[in-house]
Amino acid sequence: MTVAVNPSQTGEPVFYLADEHPHPEGWSTSLGFWIYLMSDCLIFAILFATYGVLGGNYAAGPAPKDLFDLTLVAVNTSMLLLSSITYGFAMLTMQQNKVAQTQVWLAITGLFGLAFIGIELFEFAHMIHEGATPQRSAFLSAFFTLVGTHGLHVTCGLIWLVTLMVQVGKFGLIEANRRRLMCLSMFWHFLDVVWIGVFTFVYLLGVLR
Amino acid sequence: MSTDIHAAGAHDHHHEGGHAHSTFSGYMLGFVLSVVLTAIPFWLVMSGALPSKQITALVIMAFAIVQIVVHMVYFLHMNTTSENGWTMMALIFTIVMVVIALSGSLWVMSHLNSNMMPMHQMSGMK
Repeated sequence: MTVAVNPSQTGEPVFYLADEHPHPEGWSTSLGFWIYLMSDCLIFAILFATYGVLGGNYAAGPAPKDLFDLTLVAVNTSMLLLSSITYGFAMLTMQQNKVAQTQVWLAITGLFGLAFIGIELFEFAHMIHEGATPQRSAFLSAFFTLVGTHGLHVTCGLIWLVTLMVQVGKFGLIEANRRRLMCLSMFWHFLDVVWIGVFTFVYLLGVLR
Repeated sequence: MSTDIHAAGAHDHHHEGGHAHSTFSGYMLGFVLSVVLTAIPFWLVMSGALPSKQITALVIMAFAIVQIVVHMVYFLHMNTTSENGWTMMALIFTIVMVVIALSGSLWVMSHLNSNMMPMHQMSGMK
């Protein structure tokens, strides 16, 4: 917006207000959503830093080597990776305007996501059952905060996914729904990127330590 | 070059210009690469194939960084031209912040740790 002051002959200032021209709906959504993802990335960076600082403080309790089952983590990682590629297929069928196929790929993505959350909850329940609760040591507090925050994000992504499937079922692949699916795609792939950090720095390096 | 197109097309072509259209081959290439880049670190740690733990740690961290780049390019379709380069600017800014937060925290806290008086000496001072 620019304000130009032009004193006229009467001495009264004259203001010209030049507003920006109107933008089509949703034109800035993907950039805005990307900036949200970057701020989310900072949250995870702080949780990773916390884990990096506290990850070695076991308080004479269990260490990563005693707790982590790498086979289970590998299965979990493949669930998330498979859900990423099936979401990619959903985006491709969306580009071709195939509503039913998009819904099927979204459903498969949701099932993989659900399997991921299921395995993670099983792992958490197993650890807590063995006495490795978040209160046990600084390492376990940091671990549950970091991995739990990621799991919470995936859960929110699943709720969002179901919401969008209802939306697409009701209104079809309209412009607004395409934009929403685009945002969820970025969110979902972003969570997979964060998981790369989790399985490398928490699980693999933890077992190695 | 690309600014001319944007200036001429104004905002009507924003959606077309904003995102690179994803392709099946792009997704499959990204998927195969990330499977390989995931499998190798897991195999290295589970089998203990490399002689020392330090080398294994460095190698799996390198694999993680490469895999993050693969995901960024093939799944998140990062490039320098989408949204007139603002997504890339936001990403670079975030990477700078993440590096400062991570390296700063680890560096400061490890120094604090090594410069602090051990707990058993502290209790002896009372």
